[in-house]
Amino acid sequence: MLIKDKTAIVGVGSTPYYKRGMSFPQTKIELACKAILAACEDAGLSVKDIDGFAYYSGGFDSALIAQTLGIPEVRFTATLTGGGGGAAGSVGLAAAAITSGHAGVVVSLMTLQQPPTARLGAAFATKGTGGYSRPSDPETDFVAPHGLFAPGQMFSMLAMRHMHRYGTRREAFGEIAISSRDNAIRRPTARFRDPITMEDYLNARMISDPLCLFDYTQENDGAVAVITTSAERARDLRQHPVSIVASAHGAEGRWGHAITWMGMPDEYFASSGHRPVARAVYERADVTPQDIDVALLYDHFTPMVLMQIEDYGFCPVGEGGPFVEAGNIRWKTGTIPVNTHGGNLSEAYIIGMTHVKEAVEQLRHQAVNQVENAELALVTGGPAPMPVSATILRRS
Amino acid sequence: MSRPQGALPAEFAEIGPSSWTEPFWLAAREHRLTVPRCVNCGTFRFPPGPFCHECQHQEVEQVQVSGTGTVYTYTVARHGVVPVLADYVPYVVAVIELDGAPGIRMIGNIVESDPDAVRIGSRVELAWDDVNDEVTIPRFRLAG
Repeated sequence: MLIKDKTAIVGVGSTPYYKRGMSFPQTKIELACKAILAACEDAGLSVKDIDGFAYYSGGFDSALIAQTLGIPEVRFTATLTGGGGGAAGSVGLAAAAITSGHAGVVVSLMTLQQPPTARLGAAFATKGTGGYSRPSDPETDFVAPHGLFAPGQMFSMLAMRHMHRYGTRREAFGEIAISSRDNAIRRPTARFRDPITMEDYLNARMISDPLCLFDYTQENDGAVAVITTSAERARDLRQHPVSIVASAHGAEGRWGHAITWMGMPDEYFASSGHRPVARAVYERADVTPQDIDVALLYDHFTPMVLMQIEDYGFCPVGEGGPFVEAGNIRWKTGTIPVNTHGGNLSEAYIIGMTHVKEAVEQLRHQAVNQVENAELALVTGGPAPMPVSATILRRS
Repeated sequence: MSRPQGALPAEFAEIGPSSWTEPFWLAAREHRLTVPRCVNCGTFRFPPGPFCHECQHQEVEQVQVSGTGTVYTYTVARHGVVPVLADYVPYVVAVIELDGAPGIRMIGNIVESDPDAVRIGSRVELAWDDVNDEVTIPRFRLAG
């Protein structure tokens, strides 16, 4: 039995978004609970209605949340494996829990607070002073000695291959950065609101060829919570319900760790790894790319947005460069508005959960950069090691 | 015993081999580059691991390759993502397809070469990095 339209997102909530390390002296559990309480308030639910948790990327300590907020009884608590790739999929996990009768009101959550000694930007560092260390393993021995530590360095190699294979230009990556920034400018919640031009982009400091400063997401503190319940219960709550039409997570098995082994087949090396997930989510939702009104695509690095645009069928594989350079992802004027909230790139990087929040606001018709008459939204998590994920949402 | 010019700090080259990766590292110490190949179906396996992804057979033979190869993709790291690397940028990290071992790729620095001369398709050869008495890491340099 599929989850199709049996559940709905009824509440979204967040803390303010902070530059990394700037959310102290609040504690991590405090940020988490603030986001959950905000989502409950948004939904018109009490925290005492919550009975489930569905996470990704390591999840969160449900036990601590439950004892802290006084949740009467927890009946479901589970986490998708992998990292940020599960962002959109965590909502699908919530929907699965509810559809199968295991819980009634499920929270999906991401909380991020970075101590100054452990940076996401060096997530794969094994050595190098203090808090950058992490245990090595036999697989990392073939990666770390070469100074390949940063997700940005790793994805830059996929971008380089895409440029080589399809002739993609840096200007295409620049257009993604500029379009996202243009959307963020109008949003008070966004951390980066200064306009950038193509000249700014092309003159920016190179970090890891072919990626420059503006191709990179930011490192933030903050929390975002999303509450899912049954479609039936959703009808009686505060907000216009946003139906969960379909969700999918996974990848080809030989996508595997992708960026930390680089052994993926040539056919989809220069891809987002999302192709099987895209096929599955469209098939389960019984919709096509042409039906999607707004796409919230996980954007840690600009080239991976371009590859998702291809892999989700908004243009043919290999044509993402010309497609974005022609203005197709722009709010109001493009054929498929992408990341109307400014994305991870310019609003905030809470590992993709802001994308779910924006999709919900678009479908409630409450978004700052509202897509006119938006009915159907696509939200993704990853590119990342397997699993990556996608969820399609519909205005009820 | 020598290290290529500009080789990254030795602390990054501390390794912890498993029973499956140890033959690679022992051969490297002797300046031999080896890649495990499935004795059942002939599929190369990298990094070395306990099963063939094609036939799930375990046993491998260690095939010695010349270490010449072609750059499949690469990046030039221009920002030291951990503080100690600030003095080492720019450096090149490449993904290499090795002659004689089709189907696998190896990650490695391209040393002793102009970082801006590296391209996809560039030919490379081995540049052994004897980090210390215990550890030798295969690096690459632009060939010719």
